[in-house]
Amino acid sequence: MKEFMFLFRGDNDVWDSKSPEEQQEHMQHWEKWIGEMAEQGKFVSGERLLSKGNTVLDNGKIMDRPMTEGKELVGGYLRVKAESLSEATEMAKGCPGFEWEGGAVEVREVWPE
Amino acid sequence: MENNNNIDQTLNHLFREESGKMVSVLIKIFGTENIEMAEDVVQDALVKALETWKYNGMPDNPRAWLYRTAKNKAIDVIRRNKHSKLIDFSDPQKQLLTSGYTLETTMDNYWNEDGIKDDFLGMMYGCCHPEISQENQITFILKSLCGFSTKEVAKSFLTSPDTISKRLYRTKEYFRKNRISLQIPTNKQIEERTHTVLSAIYLLFNEGYNSTHADQLIRKDLIGQAMLLCKSLLSNKRTKLPEVYALMALMCFHSARLDSRITREGELILLSKQDRTSWDKVLIQTGEKYLNHAAFGNNLTTYHLEAAIAFQHCAAQQYEDTNWKEILMYYDLLLEIADDPIVFLNRCLVILEYKGPKEALIVLKTMKNTSMLDKYYVYHATLGEIYKRLLNTNLSIKHYERAIKLTQSKQEQQFLKDKIAGKC
Repeated sequence: MKEFMFLFRGDNDVWDSKSPEEQQEHMQHWEKWIGEMAEQGKFVSGERLLSKGNTVLDNGKIMDRPMTEGKELVGGYLRVKAESLSEATEMAKGCPGFEWEGGAVEVREVWPE
Repeated sequence: MENNNNIDQTLNHLFREESGKMVSVLIKIFGTENIEMAEDVVQDALVKALETWKYNGMPDNPRAWLYRTAKNKAIDVIRRNKHSKLIDFSDPQKQLLTSGYTLETTMDNYWNEDGIKDDFLGMMYGCCHPEISQENQITFILKSLCGFSTKEVAKSFLTSPDTISKRLYRTKEYFRKNRISLQIPTNKQIEERTHTVLSAIYLLFNEGYNSTHADQLIRKDLIGQAMLLCKSLLSNKRTKLPEVYALMALMCFHSARLDSRITREGELILLSKQDRTSWDKVLIQTGEKYLNHAAFGNNLTTYHLEAAIAFQHCAAQQYEDTNWKEILMYYDLLLEIADDPIVFLNRCLVILEYKGPKEALIVLKTMKNTSMLDKYYVYHATLGEIYKRLLNTNLSIKHYERAIKLTQSKQEQQFLKDKIAGKC
């Protein structure tokens, strides 16, 4: 099996606009989605990212924000296992992030060892 | 600074009832190799409750507060140990604890009410693993499931905290090495394993009921804990077996008479001299209900019979009204199930009441293995009583004196001395 990375892109404003109950319910869907992958031995790891950050540029300058913002902002990642890019892509369709508008999942294969 | 005393009391009570459940859930999360980690989290939650409540006052729902605090502390522990080898995250569900996407939800799922109850029962079966000695079983139960400190356990067993620490260490090592699963056993094993759990519970109960403690608080604490453990078995469909109901009934009948058994000075009072009006009628009724529940299936256990005997005593308005015939019948059945010298001797005492001393002596003489019995204080106390009623004072005193030498209990020694002196 190959390893893939899901990069979750989207605006954090959507998350912030929801009530704690809605957020909690939403996270239960993530738990279910990732839990199913884990049951099949396909979940490796993953973390959420805060939307604040800095970007260091090649000229040594520092931007006091992530490289891309808005819809392009990377909000987190997941490492998963799949036989092929198309299988991984199929898996990514189940991402609960799509329940809320404006999200996208970028599926990338991890450079093989 | 609202009523600190009240806070202490609530916390103590909460801790006795809830700490075992919290520890069980946490051990399920951290694994049986991390029992200390689980105990530390619960301890931290308690300390935090004490500090916060004294400053801010008691929360509306102290139990929920304590659970929430323990849960948050568990999340901290997981975050800290995510990359260490201490916790085994290989199980798919536990793997979810390692990601920020799923940690909190997964943690919440571990703490649902039904899950907590099952984990607690699973822990109870784990503590009473047949390969762990009974002494170690009940030590571990008191520490982990009943929220006793090592010092309190030591006090309960009249031994040193050092001895208790060693026992706890050995049990934890056993858990670690053998990866004991903390689960309610399969239906195939449930009767046998429950039997072991009940033995431990009854031992705990008797430690409180028969113990030589002058300290009433410790005794009642032990009795209360034993009954609480038994009750939790009755709260689960799979574990509420007839034998469990029978033991629960037995403990109700016994504890209903608790206060009338001992004088304020700590002296034992004979059943015939007890003030029956002080017996707890509500508890006796509760026991009756449990006993009725115990009467299904075709498994007649020693607890059924002991409960039936205890009930007969509770039902008699005065000692003279005791239905010895019925009691003797139960003893006959009991002896069939359990060929136990204590049962045999107790049966002799029933014969003594029902048929008189001559008959009792004849039966007692049929006993085999008297060389072993010779070291038993109850054997000599029984002979002392029989000879006393046969008006053979010399033999009576001889046996009572031998009995005094054989018992460690001050109360029993005093009781036997009074017998010799003719005071009872």
